[in-house]
Amino acid sequence: MPQTRTYWWSAGTALLLVAAMLLAPAPAFAKTEIHFWHALSGQLGESVNELAKQFNESQSEYEVKPLRKGTYPETLTAAIAAYRQRQAPHIVQVFEVGTQTMMLSGAVLPVYQLMKEQEIAVDWKDFIAPVVGYYSKDGNLYSMPFNSSTPIFYYNQDAFRKAGLDPNKPPQTWKQVEEYSKKLISSGTTKCGFSTAWPSWIQLENMHALHDQPFATKRNGFDGLDAQLLINREFGVKHLGQLAAWQKENIFSYGGRRGDGDPKFLSGDCGMYMHSSALIGGFTKGAKFKWGTAQLPHYGAPYKKATSIIGGATLWVMKGKPAAENRGTARFLKFVSDTNQQMWWHVTTGYLAISNSAVKNLEAAQHFKRNPDQFTAFAQLTKGTATPNSQGLRLGNFVQIRDVIEAEMENIFAGKKSAKQGLDDAVAKSNDLLKEFAAANKQ
Amino acid sequence: MQRTVFKSRWLPYALVVPQVAVTVVFFFWPALKSLQLSLYRVSPFGDKSTFVGLENFRKLVTDPDYYASVLSSFVFAGGVTVLAVLGALVLAGLATQKIRGLAVYRTLLLWPYGIAPAVAGIIFLFIFHPAYGILPYFLSFVTAYDFNWLLKGWVAMTLVIVATAWTHLGYNIAFYIAGLLAIPTSVMEAADVDGAGPIRRFVAIVFPLVSPITFYLVVLNMVFAFFESFGVIDAVTKGGPGQATEIMVYKLYKDGFIGLNLGSSGAQSVILMAMVIGLTVLQFRFAEKKVTYR
Repeated sequence: MPQTRTYWWSAGTALLLVAAMLLAPAPAFAKTEIHFWHALSGQLGESVNELAKQFNESQSEYEVKPLRKGTYPETLTAAIAAYRQRQAPHIVQVFEVGTQTMMLSGAVLPVYQLMKEQEIAVDWKDFIAPVVGYYSKDGNLYSMPFNSSTPIFYYNQDAFRKAGLDPNKPPQTWKQVEEYSKKLISSGTTKCGFSTAWPSWIQLENMHALHDQPFATKRNGFDGLDAQLLINREFGVKHLGQLAAWQKENIFSYGGRRGDGDPKFLSGDCGMYMHSSALIGGFTKGAKFKWGTAQLPHYGAPYKKATSIIGGATLWVMKGKPAAENRGTARFLKFVSDTNQQMWWHVTTGYLAISNSAVKNLEAAQHFKRNPDQFTAFAQLTKGTATPNSQGLRLGNFVQIRDVIEAEMENIFAGKKSAKQGLDDAVAKSNDLLKEFAAANKQ
Repeated sequence: MQRTVFKSRWLPYALVVPQVAVTVVFFFWPALKSLQLSLYRVSPFGDKSTFVGLENFRKLVTDPDYYASVLSSFVFAGGVTVLAVLGALVLAGLATQKIRGLAVYRTLLLWPYGIAPAVAGIIFLFIFHPAYGILPYFLSFVTAYDFNWLLKGWVAMTLVIVATAWTHLGYNIAFYIAGLLAIPTSVMEAADVDGAGPIRRFVAIVFPLVSPITFYLVVLNMVFAFFESFGVIDAVTKGGPGQATEIMVYKLYKDGFIGLNLGSSGAQSVILMAMVIGLTVLQFRFAEKKVTYR
């Protein structure tokens, strides 16, 4: 069968060719590739690509290749799976709630150590305190702050004007929020007073920090794995009880987890909203009305006023890469933290600039005068008193804990449980998760 | 015995190897892995793992949330199965009438099956979302009742049941149309002559004759609802509000892939697997006796 033989012969040749192509040594001029997995999409994803491009063009030895791996949890799961198969990327972006998991994973090279090994000088003191505090252990920074934000207060100035409120005087206290909500509703301007995004992050984590209340024992978990939640105490119960009562009167209108409540504000249904400061850009594009920003409302005395805490994500360096590649990783992270780069990143994305010098330069360039909303977050983070309660949270299994808390918050807002009952249940379940985490990490 | 079919001794084995390999790699291997995982406490990165025996199972069976999840799985699977199978039977019955444009109707009825569950979820989100959905907007003119499924558990559950049933309707309809067309017209005509009305004919003739299909579809829809309904729930409710729509397969995903608690997730998948196997066996034992194969 000559035909068949020809066929086999040519197939064999083709295979050999493919094999030869695959096995061919990489050309000598190839740059060292640095793989960078992240979770930013849309406009923010574009900015990440732009950042990598700027770095790649700034030098000729390394090429950073950004790759979006899905949402934050998906990116983390993908990195873990890759690490277990020894295929981990050099850099992975992890959200703030994954910090404890990463620190104890044994799979990362702390950033301070990387920089020391590579003898790259970084002025750690120049980083703004609330950001550094969240990601440091024993005074050393473990991951490079990348996209940080803090929740702020947004309000619809057009609606304020229509309801007879001063559009340049946003509420500063919760009492005013209630008052203004009633005015907005009774004047027929809006259907509801206010809503919130990220229920646990804003209404519990940040409200506790802002009112100088502890969220968990052991200095919010910074002092040990055996921390327990404290959100079912006087302040937590009072605040959630208040929100649940307001939910009945439409003063508060629950809009879902994450940013699911955005349409309530953007459609004009609710006149006020609380969301990450990183949404300034999004709302500039999405809102068809004039809006302003303010710091988060406070209950006033007897509570003290502390700073809010941050959210967002940092860049973690995975362990086990050759020193030559680590050098590229280190140089990229140094590039990311440089003053000019920080200014560009802040102006482009709305995330906070993380160094004091970048903030100073932005001030000098009149940036905040022209964009006062961009300053709200900095003011809230840096002008308040930093206390142990406002430095952040360091909890294991935090992703699940947030989920447990938000489920109970929904039960409270729906009137299925009292604030006390719901928070007691949330604390009990969260403490189990904390114990579980401590057990899994104490071997 | 003479080998009449295969001349070669190894060929028959070689021919079943791919099938067996696929089953081993994609079913037995993961199943065994889950079983192993369920007995360990594993750190997220897998660097620390300790044998804990049945601890993961003990935690689950003493957790009221897990029972709530099991209960909502049954409510969900039951709802989806009843709605998708009964709905399909009714629609298939209508689509086998002698009407103009039959081919168009049939094609349209089969369409939903071609839609990915996640996409179906998004479509339902746009229709029903309390903030930007079109339906709540119109409902607000009719009734003052607030169908806010971001807070009301039963509304959320109804919504994911309807959405999931809808995605599976087309598949069921295809089977029923085939089944209904296979019923001999002579039988129907004889009943007609005997004076049986449409309902009587359906109960006495059509239903028993399509019972094998119904049985097959009930088993399949049940398994589908337990295992593969992830997409709709993830797109619409993400298990909320509270834990109202956190069915077992979603809780398993959440604990394992978002919470990174692999041990508990493994234990949950073992329980889920055992339950679905048990359910299927039960159905074959008891329900199949009532099925008339021709």
